[in-house]
Amino acid sequence: MKRFTELFLQLDRTNKTNEKVELLKGYFLSAPDEDKIWALALFTGRRPPRKIKSAQVQEWALELAGIPHWLFRESYGSVGDLAETISLILPEPTETGQDRSLAEWFGALGGLRNASDEKKKEFILNAWKQLSGFEIFVFNKLLMGSFRIGVSQTLVTRAIAETAGSTPSVISHRLMGSWEPYTTSYKELIHSDNAADEYSKPYPFYLSHAIQGTVDVLGPHHEWFAEWKWDGIRSQIIYRDSEIYIWSRGEELITDKFPELLILKDHLSDGTVLDGELICFGETKPLSFNVLQTRIGRKNLTKKILEEAPAVFIAYDIMEFGGKDLRDEEQQIRRNILENIVNSANAPAVFKLSPLLEFNNWQELKDLHLRAREFAAEGFMLKHKESKYLAGRRKGHWWKWKTDPLSIDAVLVYAQKGSGRRAELYTDYTFAVWDGEKLVPFAKAYSGLTDKELGKVDYFIKRNTLEKFGPVRTVKPELVFEIGFEGINASTRHKSGIAVRFPRILRWRLDKTVKEADTIENLRALLNQFE
Amino acid sequence: MKTTLLKFTPSSIFCSKADIHIDPWKPVDRAIITHAHSDHAKFGCKHYLAHKDSESILRLRLGEDISLQTAEYGEEFTVNGVRFSLHPAGHIIGSSQVRVEHNNEVWVASGDYKLQDDGFSVPFEPVKCDVFITESTFGLPIYKWPRQEVVMDDIREWWLQNRMNDKASILMGYSLGKMQRLIQNLQPFDGPVYAHGATFNMNERLRAAGHDLPFIPLITRDTDRKVFKGALILAPGSVLNTSWIKKFEPYSTGYCSGWMAVRGAKNRKAIDRGFVLSDHADWNDLETAIAETAAQKVYVTHGYTATYSRWLSEKGIEAAEVKTMYGQEEDLAEEEIIIEA
Repeated sequence: MKRFTELFLQLDRTNKTNEKVELLKGYFLSAPDEDKIWALALFTGRRPPRKIKSAQVQEWALELAGIPHWLFRESYGSVGDLAETISLILPEPTETGQDRSLAEWFGALGGLRNASDEKKKEFILNAWKQLSGFEIFVFNKLLMGSFRIGVSQTLVTRAIAETAGSTPSVISHRLMGSWEPYTTSYKELIHSDNAADEYSKPYPFYLSHAIQGTVDVLGPHHEWFAEWKWDGIRSQIIYRDSEIYIWSRGEELITDKFPELLILKDHLSDGTVLDGELICFGETKPLSFNVLQTRIGRKNLTKKILEEAPAVFIAYDIMEFGGKDLRDEEQQIRRNILENIVNSANAPAVFKLSPLLEFNNWQELKDLHLRAREFAAEGFMLKHKESKYLAGRRKGHWWKWKTDPLSIDAVLVYAQKGSGRRAELYTDYTFAVWDGEKLVPFAKAYSGLTDKELGKVDYFIKRNTLEKFGPVRTVKPELVFEIGFEGINASTRHKSGIAVRFPRILRWRLDKTVKEADTIENLRALLNQFE
Repeated sequence: MKTTLLKFTPSSIFCSKADIHIDPWKPVDRAIITHAHSDHAKFGCKHYLAHKDSESILRLRLGEDISLQTAEYGEEFTVNGVRFSLHPAGHIIGSSQVRVEHNNEVWVASGDYKLQDDGFSVPFEPVKCDVFITESTFGLPIYKWPRQEVVMDDIREWWLQNRMNDKASILMGYSLGKMQRLIQNLQPFDGPVYAHGATFNMNERLRAAGHDLPFIPLITRDTDRKVFKGALILAPGSVLNTSWIKKFEPYSTGYCSGWMAVRGAKNRKAIDRGFVLSDHADWNDLETAIAETAAQKVYVTHGYTATYSRWLSEKGIEAAEVKTMYGQEEDLAEEEIIIEA
């Protein structure tokens, strides 16, 4: 446990990716195998099911610390993490016990499944007495709650690949799936031979740059393809050796998040690799990215979710066909092959072609660009017809041309403390626009300010609070912010009658007084424009 | 309490009987200043009174020519029948609790205080009173300080590791209070130490006033960058994310504050190490300090005022929260100093 705690502590102390990877490597090179599998399980979100309820753990901690519930809630509000709050309020440990390994702790916890509450309590109190401050925190993390420590799966994958003399894509593939630390050994998971490794391997994605200025600089319009830029998850679908693998752009294997796409096995020929966008599709047009995100976040995909938010792969490129690497072929040739594949697959419910847009000159495209939102698109992708499929972010052949966000100048009216990293600061804001003499709230936004600005706004809020309702403060209407959003809809659930999509703070309008903020009429005008 | 020897007004803690204000945040005629931090010592008063060890800093911050009378701890002075005296608060050099007595009624305004002995300022001394005015900067049970030696050892070890990696160690904290505490307790130094202008000014000012501090060289534009390798750099927190800090590449950053007890607070600052070192009382020490005053009534000023006064009330101590302008403004003062330096 000491070794793992030390790793946790060290990871917490650095923001540098390389240092994190080095720390992880150090751990995976030196820890005993039976601990490594547990560490890996925690880092990849496979904490075993809770044997003890968080509420009980909290209750015992309060009892030991001698503080009332309300004070615990206040404390939690300032810490933003249950496991950490408990570790901070507990009295100093009184005994020094023998260090138990991570595997031993989990073994012991596993044994509590059918124990009585008294037994559980005794076990936990004993553990708290023996462990030191930060160990208690880590121990509490094992007991309950999510285990997020600023280490992405990508970093863990990289570290293990480097210690095991393998590659990230191989390790990534091996970490996927349904292994669990009680029954799987580190050795068989990471080091055994596995023929599927090669088959699952994705190509590096070709990433585009945002276009600077106007499209006129791109030369003759007929040398270019234009497609909608979809607002989903950029993905690669691989079908090799009778298996489907789906990779996200972040080199994450997300196959099991999209079971409905497995039927592509029956529609693709072996040795096919496609590039495209995963989006959730309603009856006629794409659903918002929110829906997709909710789906991605779910551990279990229920039937209901699959029905409500069906996923579709919109294909726009092909890198491999019949086992042959096509990346050096021209865009238009790849496009031809892709069109044939999608058409002959004939599975439009899950597999669509990203249509090419017709335009006779750049001006026509510019006009269409203004209407991108009607098509639930973020703008255009422009691809040169002779472009190869390059690796990584390269300039020149692929460009993204995004729509400008909608925006409105609004007044900060309510504030609430953030959570986690921002638990002490007022960072969650509600914004309002004028409706006659009244301010009507219409959007909440969390992000978009720099840390320095957040500090200043927080300072203002703490000194200009009119009222407190629980955690929410009513703030003197004085600060004006430009709020950007991606979409706007009529809504009966909102007081303003309007719901905006992905609101975020574009900038702090220090140049505007509160009277100069926008009105509900301005919002309605935007609504009419885009409905 | 039946009387109001001290009152909370929109500009200060005020003794009307003596016409004296304690730590006013607006200009008044006569002010007693508990300590020289900028949220307690404001510009523009006609006459000031403070502990003698606050003098050099008050003059630095408020002007060399202010009208300032000083007193020793325990020295009594009477104004219109009201007896005043200053007592050690242990917060920073010269910090004082103000004891006010009239007609057998005793109030103590404690300003900011801590119970830990920091090795530089005179340690806190409990003063019996009827009414105690306490801060509550860290009035939550999550704030419990480790022993000072433990923190100093952690800092030494961090510095050692950085030296081994040829990195500079940039140690940040308030120029007034925290820096002297660090300088005093990290001696003898394990390697070269340099100071940012704000830290340097404060250190030299206190040395000139006769305090026992070593000379720490100032970092200037002309300082050869090679000397920073493995050195300890003392600086205010406001240097984070400035170009000043870049000259020390490669470096590691450490920040000394009570807030560092919570992971989120450290992570927000995007610093490498947080050291839990505070010049305020922690949860346990607030309780100890209040119990030792034997006060029947406690007023809670800056910090977790609502929470802490509720906690006291539930424990059977009459308590009320008071709105003041104290707290959290030292950062701004640091910025001003940097401009001067």
